[in-house]
Amino acid sequence: MSLNVSNLTVHHGAICAVNQVSLAVPTGQLAAIIGSNGAGKTTLLRALSGLNKPTSGTMNWMGESIKGVKAENLVRRGISHVSEGKSVVPALTVKENLLLGAIWRRNAKEAKQSLEEVTSIFPRLGERIEQRADTLSGGERQMLAIGRAIMAKPKLLLLDEPSLGLAPLVIEQIFQSIKDLTQSMRLTVLLVEQNAMGALKIADLGIVLNLGKVVAVDNAQSLIADPAVRAAYLGY
Amino acid sequence: MINLLNTFLNGITSGAIYSLMAISMVLVWRSTRVVNFAQAGMALLSCYFGYEAVQRTGSFWIGLVVAMIAGALVAAVIEFGFMRILLKHSSQGPIASVAPIIATLGLLGLIKGVIGLVWGNADVVIEPPFSVVGFKIGENTLTFSPLKLLTLVTVTVLLLIMTWLFQRTNLGLALRASAHEPEISRLAGVKVDLVRTLGWALAGAAGAAAGMLQAITGSGGMNPDSIEFRLLLVFGFIAAVIGGLDSMIGALVGGMILGLVLAFTLTYASGSLVFITAFVLLLVLLIVRPQGVIGQKAGRRA
Repeated sequence: MSLNVSNLTVHHGAICAVNQVSLAVPTGQLAAIIGSNGAGKTTLLRALSGLNKPTSGTMNWMGESIKGVKAENLVRRGISHVSEGKSVVPALTVKENLLLGAIWRRNAKEAKQSLEEVTSIFPRLGERIEQRADTLSGGERQMLAIGRAIMAKPKLLLLDEPSLGLAPLVIEQIFQSIKDLTQSMRLTVLLVEQNAMGALKIADLGIVLNLGKVVAVDNAQSLIADPAVRAAYLGY
Repeated sequence: MINLLNTFLNGITSGAIYSLMAISMVLVWRSTRVVNFAQAGMALLSCYFGYEAVQRTGSFWIGLVVAMIAGALVAAVIEFGFMRILLKHSSQGPIASVAPIIATLGLLGLIKGVIGLVWGNADVVIEPPFSVVGFKIGENTLTFSPLKLLTLVTVTVLLLIMTWLFQRTNLGLALRASAHEPEISRLAGVKVDLVRTLGWALAGAAGAAAGMLQAITGSGGMNPDSIEFRLLLVFGFIAAVIGGLDSMIGALVGGMILGLVLAFTLTYASGSLVFITAFVLLLVLLIVRPQGVIGQKAGRRA
């Protein structure tokens, strides 16, 4: 198990947003955390990347604790977080946003190489390379956010609601590229989604979160087939 | 005709200095969202270090470099040792927007006091490196002198260096990204706290350069209460606001607009109207175009 979370509790003031959550994601797998609004999905992800401070519990990545590691240092341990709502810098160009992702590596040559990789994965970004990020469409911005995270050469990718506010066709494309990336770059992925069906379809592992607690863990296909999950989260 | 040329050249010379000062305020605003009223005080303190260097070496250029380094260090120490703690403790509630401003005003007083204590309150003079006698066009002598030309060239060179730094280096990318999206920058691995300190340091260096140029082109010596530095504070701030407070190009344009408007007021109206004109310009701009001449329509985000 490469990502191991156990008994993690996170508070927002007096509210317990994440309550005794334990989960494990094996290397190279794509795990989807689904659940309704307010289930604690985003808080869980933000705790993993050092943006929210956990109250108690442990978080390990590759056998080392990542609890208390600052967000800016996490990327140095191979963890990239794409936060909710198109995580790009609007005032910078596409190229600058991508280079920002590689900035910690301090290696212009490698950064250029990664830039070429990312633009070959997302040709649309290549076409718009000198444009400011705020001129992009929602889908393109999400591609840019993911591209920026990939530029850091991560081993673990944390994705927060990449489908948010996108058209169905675009969502499909984004999910497909996440799946492709997971395989081609041998990533371990933790994907948080309200779009439960879309997420479970590409996931290996599914985790259902409700009111801050894990209520179901299973392989993704079984969850899709589970009547209770279908009724609560898949809407049929 | 000669009058018009004189006025124009005077305007862009003083405008260039205001621009540099405005850029230093913009840099601080962008790094930490603080309007730093102590900026001119910090510049003045740096100029005293510059003055000491000029006294010892006889070279204005060494003095300029020393002042800029001192300015960077002073600013970095203030950000790291004082502002950061202050901002952490007053980040919430009604005090959040006011506390930093009051603090910088207090800092201004403190710096002036320290200068008085160390160097005394009498004028000290930094000798201009070039002649203050104007160039000649035929029979006419311009007020534009080699010294003013030097000022323009120095500001231009500093602006080019800064543009290169901001557009072409990783530090510049980190500075711009952190100014707009600190959280995303952190997730990308940028040490935002360090970048903030460096932003202040750059601002301190720019302010020190503006101060040194103001000191040699101004009407006399420096002292803790010198009028030249009050002008630098007020006009630098107004220029930054005209430019939208968030944009370096805006600060440059704002400084130039202000310099020219004030020069023309001085020549064609009256010297006693200069201050009034500056503030009227500020107020009109805030009403007509609060986002600044360069700022985006959506306004700045906090």
